[in-house]
Amino acid sequence: MLTTGDIARVFRQLADTIGAARDELCRLDGVIGDADHGIAMADGFAAASRAIDVLPGEASLADQLNAAAKGFLNAVGASSGPLYATALMRAAKAAGARAEMPLTEAPMLIVAMAEGIRSRGKAEQGEKTMVDVWTPAAAAAEQGMASGLTLPEIMARIRDAATVGAESTKSMVATKGRSARLGARSLGHIDPGAASAAMVLNVIADDWGQRVKA
Amino acid sequence: MQGAMTQKLINDGNAAVDEMLDGVMAAHGDLLQRHERAPRAIVARHGPRPGKVALVIGGGSGHEPTFLGFVGKGLADAAAIGNVFASPPPQPAVDAALATYGGAGVLFMYGNYAGDVMNFDMATELLELEGVEARTVLTTDDIASAPRDQRERRRGVAGNVFIFKAAGAAADLMMSLDEVERLARHANARTFTLGVALAPCSLPQTRRANFDIAAGEMEIGMGIHGEPGMRREALRPADAVVDEIMDAILAEMGAAKGDRVAVLVNSLGATPLMELYIMNRRVAQRLAEAGLIVHRTLVGPLCTSLEMAGASITLMHLDDELQRLLDHPCECAMYQLRRPGDADDR
Repeated sequence: MLTTGDIARVFRQLADTIGAARDELCRLDGVIGDADHGIAMADGFAAASRAIDVLPGEASLADQLNAAAKGFLNAVGASSGPLYATALMRAAKAAGARAEMPLTEAPMLIVAMAEGIRSRGKAEQGEKTMVDVWTPAAAAAEQGMASGLTLPEIMARIRDAATVGAESTKSMVATKGRSARLGARSLGHIDPGAASAAMVLNVIADDWGQRVKA
Repeated sequence: MQGAMTQKLINDGNAAVDEMLDGVMAAHGDLLQRHERAPRAIVARHGPRPGKVALVIGGGSGHEPTFLGFVGKGLADAAAIGNVFASPPPQPAVDAALATYGGAGVLFMYGNYAGDVMNFDMATELLELEGVEARTVLTTDDIASAPRDQRERRRGVAGNVFIFKAAGAAADLMMSLDEVERLARHANARTFTLGVALAPCSLPQTRRANFDIAAGEMEIGMGIHGEPGMRREALRPADAVVDEIMDAILAEMGAAKGDRVAVLVNSLGATPLMELYIMNRRVAQRLAEAGLIVHRTLVGPLCTSLEMAGASITLMHLDDELQRLLDHPCECAMYQLRRPGDADDR
């Protein structure tokens, strides 16, 4: 089962990992944007994790994910705030008011998050955004579930899809977000939102993939 | 993000925005107040009143006096303030709107950036649940940021000052939400800005220069968050740089001889008034050559990008409506305008 303890742990891990990557993400953003993406992501996940940690013990999975959404949004604003907040609210809806859910359903949370990001940002694949990571990761989750793969196998595919998706943004020209104004000058650079999305998915996939082996 | 850490007079990069707001309140508490529940919603003490459209502006910090400096009677009723260069989340925008709502609707105005659009759209959805109608007018005056036929994709930069001013005056004159919105769009459509950057800025949290620019170079069209502009060129004398900017703006504006304009020569932060006035000398010459009449000129740091070096020039192509709105008095912490002929009684 995926428990509220698991969710709290994965958010602490996200806060640590993204916090450590803060300056690297700012550097990536400085190349094609305004150099603040690392700050937004680090502050956002730190706030999301704190919001979960202060919830009472009887909080459900949905309570946790909604609190994380609100914490992230209010700490950050920016572009990543609405996008990740919407993602987490969709995940909350998918998780429901339960204290735990079967691990086999866990990939659905990633599918829900990807839908939230797509609907809030109105971006499609190929526009050099975090959607180029979330959409293939969600597709890997859905295909993995449909073909009856084990959770570690599904998580490995999500990780691979996310990593490949982030790399693929290097050969794209931005048409959404702030770097859209750059046009062809964005070619050759990884999108910082895609890079951080791959980090987020790697943390989640590592944690849930190992959760089942243990 | 290269080189040594920059020097700043701050205490803690993460506290910079809130400590700035503490200082603003200490200086301007007679005109401004912080929302009791939302410390990043800055509300005018005078101005908001029943029957008046509530004008709420907002955006990231680091552009001061934009946005909070333009809150006050005759201009914006409130501003929602974000982290440095980052849109505010929806909640301060919602709180600012509800605190200044006079039953005649809310107009959100801010620069056209993806993050701001998402956050203010969420704010609009939340206000709808409260039964409050909020509309949005985005500013898109930066001619460097997209071609002329894609005006709706352009960024909002220093032209904000004139565009907000026009909308704020319309609201202060108790015009309807329809009319304030129309005039705000009209003001935006007739406002054009182009800037050059000479040296980068650095975020208080990282204190690293956010782009590289070689000695002897400038970037034409650099955004007010350090977004790359149209092209790099060798830095030239002020008159030549102004000529390049004015050529581009005048071509877009399409004004006829005898038309009136308002001028803003704006510092991005580090460029001093001396250089702005040297630029304005050439701006005035060019406008005279074009047969245009300067109705009003603002010179100074009005829409900055932290300590970035560089400047922008904005022209608003006036008509009778816009001229009346620009001339309407306002009393903000960082911009005051009295009625012409008013006694200097203070």
